[in-house]
This record gives sequence, C-alpha cells and structure tokens, in this order.
Amino acid sequence: MDPTDVSDPRYYHKVVDCQWACPAHTNVPAYIRLIAQGRYSESYLLNRASNVFPGVLGRTCDRPCEPACRRGRIDEKPVAICRLKRVAADLRDDIEPFLPKAPEQKNGKRIALIGAGPASLTVANDLLPLGYTVTIFEKNREPGGLMRINIPSFRLPAQVLDDECGYIINMGAEMRYGAAVTSLAAVLDEGFDAVFVGSGAPKGKDLDIPGRHDDPAHVHIGIDWLANVHFEHIKKIEPRVIIIGVGNTAMDCCRSAKRLGATDVKVVARRGRQHFKASPWELEDAEEEQVEIIENHAPKRMVVENGTLVGMEFDVLDWTEDASGKQTSRVLRTETIPCDAVILAIGQDNAFPWIERDLGLEFNKWDMPVVDSETHQSTNPKVFFGGDAAWGPKNIIWAVAHGHAAAISIDLFCQGEDVTKRPPQGMNLLSVKNGLHSWAYDNGFDASGRQVMRHEDLTKRFRDMKVEVELGFSAEQVATEVSRCLNCDIQTQFNAPKCIECDACIDVCPTACLTITKAQSSEAELRKHLTVPATNADQDIYHSSPLPQTERLMVKDEDVCLHCGLCAERCPTAAWEMQLFDLLQPKAGATCHEEVPATV
Amino acid sequence: MTSIAKPIATHPRLKTNSLGLTIRDYEGGMSTLCAGCGHDSVTAAIVQAAWELALPPHRAAKMSGIGCSSKTTAYFMKQSHGFNSVHGRMPSVASGAAAANRGLNVIGISGDGDSLSIGLGQLTHAIRRNTNMLYVIENNGVYGLTKGQFSASADIGSKLKKGETNEQPPIDPVLLALSVGATFVGRSFSGDKQQLVPILKAAISHRGLALVDVISPCVTFNNHEGSTKSYQYTRDHDVAAVEADYIPVCDPIEITGLGAQSSNGHADSLRVVQLHDGGTVRLRSTSPDYDPTDRASAHQHISACQRRGEIATGLLFVDSGSRSLHDVLRTSSTPLVDLRHEDLCPGSAALDSLMKRFR
Ligand SMILES: Cc1cc2nc3c(=O)[nH]c(=O)nc-3n(C[C@H](O)[C@H](O)[C@H](O)COP(=O)(O)OP(=O)(O)OC[C@H]3O[C@@H](n4cnc5c(N)ncnc54)[C@H](O)[C@@H]3O)c2cc1C
Ligand SMILES: Cc1ncc(C[n+]2csc(CCOP(=O)(O)OP(=O)(O)O)c2C)c(N)n1
Ligand code: SF4
Ligand code: SF4
Ligand code: SF4
Ligand SMILES: [Mg+2]
Repeated sequence: MDPTDVSDPRYYHKVVDCQWACPAHTNVPAYIRLIAQGRYSESYLLNRASNVFPGVLGRTCDRPCEPACRRGRIDEKPVAICRLKRVAADLRDDIEPFLPKAPEQKNGKRIALIGAGPASLTVANDLLPLGYTVTIFEKNREPGGLMRINIPSFRLPAQVLDDECGYIINMGAEMRYGAAVTSLAAVLDEGFDAVFVGSGAPKGKDLDIPGRHDDPAHVHIGIDWLANVHFEHIKKIEPRVIIIGVGNTAMDCCRSAKRLGATDVKVVARRGRQHFKASPWELEDAEEEQVEIIENHAPKRMVVENGTLVGMEFDVLDWTEDASGKQTSRVLRTETIPCDAVILAIGQDNAFPWIERDLGLEFNKWDMPVVDSETHQSTNPKVFFGGDAAWGPKNIIWAVAHGHAAAISIDLFCQGEDVTKRPPQGMNLLSVKNGLHSWAYDNGFDASGRQVMRHEDLTKRFRDMKVEVELGFSAEQVATEVSRCLNCDIQTQFNAPKCIECDACIDVCPTACLTITKAQSSEAELRKHLTVPATNADQDIYHSSPLPQTERLMVKDEDVCLHCGLCAERCPTAAWEMQLFDLLQPKAGATCHEEVPATV
Repeated sequence: MTSIAKPIATHPRLKTNSLGLTIRDYEGGMSTLCAGCGHDSVTAAIVQAAWELALPPHRAAKMSGIGCSSKTTAYFMKQSHGFNSVHGRMPSVASGAAAANRGLNVIGISGDGDSLSIGLGQLTHAIRRNTNMLYVIENNGVYGLTKGQFSASADIGSKLKKGETNEQPPIDPVLLALSVGATFVGRSFSGDKQQLVPILKAAISHRGLALVDVISPCVTFNNHEGSTKSYQYTRDHDVAAVEADYIPVCDPIEITGLGAQSSNGHADSLRVVQLHDGGTVRLRSTSPDYDPTDRASAHQHISACQRRGEIATGLLFVDSGSRSLHDVLRTSSTPLVDLRHEDLCPGSAALDSLMKRFR
C-alpha cells in the first residue's frame, strides 16, 4: 500500500467539506473565523474572491455546502454557513477601496457577454481587472438576471443586488440595456474577440392539459408571472390560487401570491414530500405563511365555466416502489380543487432562437449547444457558454463557478493559448502552532446547536412585497454560530519518521479517528481494521508510510475529525502537526491568484 | 497538559456495552502528564477493559499513591470512587477499602518508585494477603514525578538522560510477586494494547490480588538511547512468553487470536483456566516447557528470559483456585459497609463476653 499522497491539493481540499462542496470553492472556515474576529470586511472580500455575490448568496444560495458540512455528521445540524455569509455582507464597511480595479491601459481585446445574470457578471468581474473591454448585452433595463426579476424582494432586497452588480459594472463594463440580442451573427460581426453566452434558461414550461387555454388570463407561467410582479405589471391576484409544481419557483410564486392578495394558496405536487425539489427551508417558510402543500395529485384538467376558471381537476395518486426502487402510481380517485387562478411552476427550458445554426456552433439532439464541460467552449471557438444557458437551469453559485471557469478559458483563448491547458490548483500549508499548548485558532469544541433564523412578524411581512422576511442573526447568535465551525481547514499533518508509537494521539482523539495498525491488502480492507471501522466511503482515509519501530501504519479516518488539535498537542515528537490549508484556486490571468489570503 | 478539555463530541457510531455506556463514559479528566507518557496509554487500556467488562462505574474504587503513575486514577472512570494516598501506601488503603466493601472492584495504580522503592513492604504484604484487587505497576525505571532519578526497577547498566549508569540490581516485581505467593501475575507494555487489555480484563475478574507490571516509558526522562525502559528498547526485547485471551462468561467460547496449536506446533501449550466470575482465560505459552499455571515453572521460565536479556510478557501465572483475603478471614458475605450498625458493632456487652474467652 502506497502512503496517501497529501501533496496533491485535492486531499486536504476534500477534508474541508464545505469548500469542496461549494461549486466556487468558497473558503468557508476562513471567512467564518474572520467574522468571529469582527473582521467583517475581510470576510466579505474573502467570500467575494470566490463567490462574487456574498450579500445575494448569504440570502439565497442553494447552499450545497451545508449538507456536506462535517458538523452535520457530528451533531446532525450543519453550521449555518449561508447565513453567516450574510453577516459578513451586512456588517461590512465600505469595501470599495479594496475591490479590484480595471487598468487604464486596456489589453486591446473586446469581449461580448450576452445577458447580465450572475454568470456573465462573474466573467466581467474576472476579465475587467485584466484590461479586457467588456460589453454586456441585456434585454432588461437592470442587471442581475433571474436574481433581479424572479427572486422576490422579500427574499432579496434590491439594494443588496444593486451594490454587488455595481461593484462589477463600475469597473467599466459597457452596459447595453434593453438590447435583446436577436442574432449572434450580428454580435460576432461587431468584431468581438470572444463571446460569452450567459442568457439563462428563460422559457417557463407549459402544461398541456384540457382547458389550459380556455381562460388564459387566469393561468400563468411561474417565471413570467414573477417577472411581471417584479416589473409591477401585475399588482394583485385572485383569492384562491393553485400553484402546480413544488420546486423553488413554486415557493416564490406561492409566497408572492400571498402578498398580492391571495388568501387561499395551495401548492400541488404529483409526488410525495420526499421527492420535492424545493429546499427544506423554503418549504418551511411557505408553510409558516400558511401555504397549503398537497401531495400525490396529478393535474388532469382545468375546469372552466362560462369562460372563467373555477377549479382544477386532479388524479389522486398512490405511489408504490418495487424492489428495484422504481416508482409506479395508481389512480385512487379524481378530485376537483376550486380556484380562481393557476400558476405553473414546473420548470424552465433553454431557448436559443437568436443563434443562427450556420456559425459553426453545433447543437445536440435536445437542441442544446455542444459545450465542453471544463472549458465552456462551444464548437465555435470564439463562443463560450455558462450559467443556466450552458446545460440548463442550476443556481446562482453554479453560474458563478461557470463564470470563473469561462473567464479562464476566454483569457487563455485571447492570449493565443490552449484553453485545455488549465492552470492547476495549488495550496499553502502554514503551521498554526503558537506554543506548546497554544494555537493560532480557537480549537475548543462548542456544543451549541444551530441557530435559528429570526423572521419578520407574519402580520408585518404581508404589508409590502419588499419587506425582507429573514432578519439576520443577532450578535449573540453570530457569536454562537461561528464557534460551531470546526475549522476543517486546519489540517492534521503526519510525519511518519518522527512517530515513536506511544499511542498518545490515538488515546486522546475524542472521535476515534486514529488507529495504528498493520498494513492490509487494500484500502478497503484497511477501513475495516480501524478503531471504529470507516464505513463512510465518501470520506477519505489517510494512511502513512510504515512507522519506524513496528512498520505498522498510522491511519486516520477523516470522517468525523473535529480538528481539535489534541492529537498534535499530545504528540511528544510533533509527528502530528496542525497546518492551515489554503487552497489556491486558479483564476483568469493568474495561476494562483487570490485577493485575500486565508488567515486564522 | 492540553489547551482544552477533550471535546464532548463522540464518534456517532460508537458502540455501547451491556450497561448502555460508550467507552467515552469510562474516561476521566484530561491528563496533565507529559505528552507521550506511557501511563496515558495504560489509562486508555484500563478504560477499554472496564468498558468491555461493563464494570458499573459506581462499583469501582481507584486507589493510588504518589507519582506520575499514581496521578492517573484521575484520568479514568470519573464517576468512580477514588483515594489518592501517601507515597507507597496505596496497598494499605486499598486493603482497607477492599476489606470494608467486598463488592467493590478495587483498581490500584502505582509506580515502580511507589511500589518497589518506598512501598516495597506494602506491596509484598498486599500480595500475601491476597487482597481482592487489580494492582497495576506503571513501570518506567525512574521516579518520573521528581524528575527522573533511578528507581528500584532500573536495570544494571541502564543510563540516565545525562549519562549516569545504574549499578544496583533491579527488583523485578513479577519474580518478587511469584515468590511471595501472588495468585495472578502478568506483564505487558503500554505500547501494546492488544496484549494489555485482555490481561487487564482477566486481572479485574480474578479473585485475589492480580499484579500487572506494565512497562510504561517515561517519555521525558527515560526514553533515550541507553535506557532499558524506552519505547524502542522495550519493542526490541519484548518476548510474549504467554499469550492470553480473556473470555467473559456470557461470550461463546470462540477461538479468537489463539489457535489450539501454537505457532511452533505444540498442541499441548493451550490452557483454558476458569476464573471465579465464570469467565475463562485461554493461555498459550510460546515455549512448550512453560506452564503458566505452575508457579515453579513460571518462575524458572521468567528468570531464564531475564538472563537472556528478554522481557517476558503475557499473563505469566494464574492460580485459579486462589483464596482471597475475604475467603481466608471467612468474613460475612454481606459487605461490611452494608451490615447494620448493631451487627457490625455489637456493643460493649458483646465485647466483654468476647474478651472473657481470652482470659
Ligand atoms: C423563481 C426562481 C427562484 C430562484 N431562486 C434561486 C435561489 O434562491 N437561489 C439560487 O441560487 N438560484 C435560484 N434560482 C436560479 C437562479 O436564479 C439561476 O440559476 C441563475 O440566475 C442563472 O444565472 P445565469 O447568469 O445563467 O442566467 P440568468 O440569471 O437567467 O440571467 C440571464 C440574463 O440574460 C438575459 N437575456 C436572456 N436572453 C437574452 C438575449 N437574447 N439578449 C439579451 N439578454 C438576454 C436575461 O434577461 C437575464 O437578465 C431561481 C430561479 C427562479 C426561476
Ligand atoms: C514520603 C515521600 N517521599 C518522597 C516523595 C517524593 N516523590 C514523589 S513521587 C516520587 C517517586 C515516584 O516514582 P514512581 O512511583 O515510579 O512514579 P512515576 O512518577 O515514575 O510514575 C517520589 C520519590 C514523596 N512524595 N513522599
Ligand atoms: S465545520 Fe466549519 S469548516 Fe468544517 S465543514 Fe462545517 S463549516 Fe466547513
Ligand atoms: S484533530 Fe486529531 S485529536 Fe482532534 S479529532 Fe482530529 S484526529 Fe482526533
Ligand atoms: S502521539 Fe505522536 S509519537 Fe505518539 S503515536 Fe501519535 S503520532 Fe506517534
Ligand atoms: Mg516510575
């Protein structure tokens, strides 16, 4: 068995579960420590270096980091990573002096970005400081994409979005608002060196059932309806509303309807709760606002009497699962739910009617552009895709991650380099030892539970669409929540030749991570021979080279390490050390470029 | 010392014993010993043995004298009783506790200084009395607490950190115990829990005094080259003379580590010894002419090892028919502490009538 290769940044990167799960690899533990120290602006900037929109994301992120958080494996509830991001954003000082700036001297390359959503804005954010001339085509009159026109302001106040789009645009992007691109050929003809398509997935899915078009004024497509609400083309809705679909769009629709006068709002789903796409917290918030959620109802027809929608008929389903896990449904009965309006929130499609098919830009059988998953380049080498436009609807943080990757490609492409030769990830490791029993980080374990977000009073929040529901954490809650973080980026690093096999580290480890044992034929076998067998295959195990005295191996199961540093404190020879791991994520224009180095 | 107490968080898949306790429930306070001290590993082995045996923590008493080793009673079973006595006097206090409450599991922890230097007389008499207790000597060859002077277990020729050589012969607690009638004698190494834990379990289950000498390196004062009690030296010279496996009464007798045949092919070297609690120890000596149930054979074999410069380890001798202090004195089967005051102290009239018999 070869010893684990920890010189590959991916090993320690993976230990930082949240950062590994974040599509943009936000350095979560480092920004949480900065908040703990009251260094909100630095925390904000560290966030911004990866995720570009900390204020927006601190309220709306899909938070793939939280289900991954190690703390969730220790006491079931992850650190409130997302809400702490908002703390950094809310409490920051003026950070404008510290933002990257575009140089006076441009590099002569002109880039067109189509759409001003998070994907395009990220590309602009990365390319402007490098001297690129960036032109953004946006069919609306404001930047932000769906963040602006679809995410309701009770979840995301406009000011937050204005500030964060402004930071980018103010670097000198040329904004062409109200400029719906109707021909990619025309854009290319303007002589841009590269084009980035960040136009999103703008077409809401329709539902083809009897009666659908019999009273069109009372049947809405969710994302269009939300956009109309945003533009204040729609200011009220009838009292009884049915929302079809149970994803995040449905959640925004039902809660918006509540604010526009609906009194009886039902979200109806074909399947059971465990299959809902909406995030659990959005479901909770909707239910708190007395939205009724109805499971196992398949839409059958819209009931229209005398030209007016009066209800919707559903097949009530009973789902069964066979041995292979395949779900089948059986109709139990038919049921009519009375209503005055229906909102269809069953998904979004891409649409590229404005891309000519003779530009060397290939489309696949689903009529989607063929895009390289790493470089974001289409088959027309000048044209790159990212965000929802690339592979269908995802979320903001993925759009940002795509933007960063596409910016690297566009930079390489414009500099005449091979876009497939990506700059590598790097890492820094820095000892955090201050003294015999003193660390540069707070290694204590705080057993407190996850803090619950405070919400605006139910009575107050319906007065105005713009009343933000989430109030943010109180100072006390911040203090508690930051100390729940386990500092997974402070890594245990082992140096086998120093070990005298005294067992001190094994004995002190609170979560039985460590074992000294004989080598086995394979890692899978080794996993079975640990103090507590390493059954979580998603988590790596570390195994050392043979130890000097007995040739056994030091093995660490990363699964539930608390990063408490006690192994290193009890080790008489400093064979275990605690090291701050700083992932150097490649960015456009620099191999290992970070505005803010991580600190403890 | 450590900067923090051990976090209360545990591994989510920790097993519980028959009392519903996890191994963490058998821990004590944070150790203040030097990082890497062998004594901490002995502590961890005791924690594991007590957890595996499902000892009820409130039925155990931890007794000790003075020394780094004697401090360790604070580092396990925080819910148990305990008495930290005077240097070398743990055996008396432990004997008192064991005499007063025969229902207690008495766990005595001592050092080579505590037991072989200042407390040698106490040790030998406790062995003679066969007080029902586990008696662990955490043997590092030095007085660790007072900064590393040679103790009575230091080998001839062993060197101190600054170069002084010991020229006086060592007292080997194992040979000493055998010669004063010990009924259970084992030796192990803090760095080998696979061997140490089963020995401790058998020792706790033994009725009478079970002496376990554990080579437990002093990482600060006696772990250098030239020391004969270092991690490296012990690993180089440790010879498992007897392999032991303790099987509690409730477990099916499954052969675990010990094959019916020894590695050298002698089928006869496996012995199954039943202890008083119904559990059994399975012993296999690594040499065919060594019978760990025969005192003379054990003595002979261990001395032979010693002459070869080897450290014989394992459960070296057990007398399963042993009679403990309470058996010999024929005390009441009810622990003395549980007797009614009138029965325990029948008053001056009863004393007078007793005294009459001697007049
Ligand atoms: C109701 C709803 C709620 C959501 N809530 C969340 C949430 O809470 N958290 C989360 O992470 N994600 C959420 N999402 C998803 C998220 O908004 C998107 O994944 C993300 O905005 C995609 O970013 P993008 O840059 O790819 O495209 P978009 O944000 O869609 O931006 C595309 C932009 O391109 C413009 N455009 C399109 N075509 C043209 C053209 N031909 N010419 C010029 N301009 C054009 C559009 O006007 C738009 O401004 C939600 C989505 C919806 C529908
Ligand atoms: C009556 C008495 N004499 C001397 C001492 C000083 N003293 C304290 S600990 C110790 C030796 C301890 O050695 P050992 O039992 O081997 O324990 P270790 O620290 O090595 O584990 C001595 C001599 C004392 N505390 N009391
Ligand atoms: S405990 Fe902190 S560092 Fe560790 S995964 Fe959770 S948020 Fe990240
Ligand atoms: S830091 Fe060391 S002692 Fe602490 S939980 Fe991790 S492996 Fe165990
Ligand atoms: S504490 Fe240090 S020397 Fe002792 S076993 Fe652990 S790594 Fe090795
Ligand atoms: Mg000593």
